[in-house]
Amino acid sequence: MREMIRTVGLAKSFVLHNQGGVRLDVLRGVDLSVAAGEFLALTGPSGAGKSTLLRTIYANYRPSAGHILVRHEGTVVDMAAADPRLVIEVRRRTMGYVSQFLRVIPRVAARDVAAEPLRALGVAPAEARRRAEEMLARVAIPERLWPLAPATFSGGEQQRVNIARGFVAEYPILLLDEPTASLDADNAARVAGLIDEARARGAAIVGIVHDDALRRRLATRRFDVSRKEPIAA
Amino acid sequence: MAQPQTVLDEPPLLDVEALAKSYGAIAACRDVSFRLWPGEVLGVVGESGSGKTTLLNCLAGRLRPDRGSVRYAMRDGRMADIFELPEPERRLLARTDWGFVHQNPRDGLRLRVSAGANIGERLMLVGARHYGNIRTSALDWLERVEIERSRLDDLPAAFSGGMQQRLQIARNLVSRPRLVFMDEPTGSLDVSVQARLLDLLRGLVADLGLSAVIVTHDLGVARLLAHRLMVMRRGEVVESGLTDQVLDDPQHPYTQLLAASVLQA
Repeated sequence: MREMIRTVGLAKSFVLHNQGGVRLDVLRGVDLSVAAGEFLALTGPSGAGKSTLLRTIYANYRPSAGHILVRHEGTVVDMAAADPRLVIEVRRRTMGYVSQFLRVIPRVAARDVAAEPLRALGVAPAEARRRAEEMLARVAIPERLWPLAPATFSGGEQQRVNIARGFVAEYPILLLDEPTASLDADNAARVAGLIDEARARGAAIVGIVHDDALRRRLATRRFDVSRKEPIAA
Repeated sequence: MAQPQTVLDEPPLLDVEALAKSYGAIAACRDVSFRLWPGEVLGVVGESGSGKTTLLNCLAGRLRPDRGSVRYAMRDGRMADIFELPEPERRLLARTDWGFVHQNPRDGLRLRVSAGANIGERLMLVGARHYGNIRTSALDWLERVEIERSRLDDLPAAFSGGMQQRLQIARNLVSRPRLVFMDEPTGSLDVSVQARLLDLLRGLVADLGLSAVIVTHDLGVARLLAHRLMVMRRGEVVESGLTDQVLDDPQHPYTQLLAASVLQA
């Protein structure tokens, strides 16, 4: 199996300087490995650090200790120590992060929000737009919404625009933080279809899915963040 | 396995070392060091009086630092300390290779000449002589910054604040500078026109592959435009890193306070 992510002794603490210097040790000694074509579901009670782990792998949070080794363009990058420019490169080409919340940019149309990861890869504007529209259609965003800025969309619509944006570039690694959280059954099934396809083309996926049935359907393995050791699905 | 080198091999565009500037007993900038790479946007955030604007003025050669160096990659590839260049050469650099967008557009525009002349002037500084071409470029740039072409011959004094700021940006970018300094580019505008300017800037920075140093106290502006951030407090850089890391996982007490003080609209 082609290993895509490996964390070694990963730890993350938060020190809240303006709240009495409280120190929160959220992650300690996390060792996990994810191969191409796998969906590793992060489990554990609320507050166990599932989202923190995802964000730390993405280098959105800075780890307190340990390594995050990621296969990137034929090399291995340690996201815990990489130069910021290299982190940006890894995010552009290798690793996508999809949360349930869309960061809305004023005036930017839904189709351009979804096309942006492709534009960042140098895909020509017309081609990027075509693929983005295809992806918006797949998550059932009506065509009349494509030219509009998502600020006025419903929560579920914004979430689906975010999913279209996250899946359009076909990253080799996907980090999914509750991608189906506020979607109805039909839309959740559409997103599940995209996740299966990504896995079939060899993406390594780490995800948080609260819905038990959906998690069982999507995950190939589980990792209990509070136990910090892998268990069989 | 080997570390990927592609993005890391490039030489920096700007290399700043141990920059310091005081006003009497007050240190406006203390020991500031950083590098800026081609195509990179660096945000400098911090409260009023933290030394952001002093730093920007030193970087842009407008203010001589007490200590330290600002080295810039000239078009011929050599790194030149901008304060060791002869004055005329530094001025030429500032007018051609660099742009400077002021917080108040009135500081960066000539209010008594037309919008077209404000744009055309920069082109003439880089050697354009053909009147028709200059006029065509000026019209193109008005359009790019969303000002009606029919306003070409109007005086900027008659423009709204938002239009003036967009005109200042056109004036700065028409000569295709390699590096742009911006001092609170949205700071003097009503919230209702800030979004338009931000979106415009974001598009231009990406399309032109601009390198920029943007001073702002608005963390939303920083998140939208900057790849990396430096947080300044009392003349010192207290924290720096990838923009989303600094804003979402701030380490320094002051950055934590800044990030926690943003009101959710």
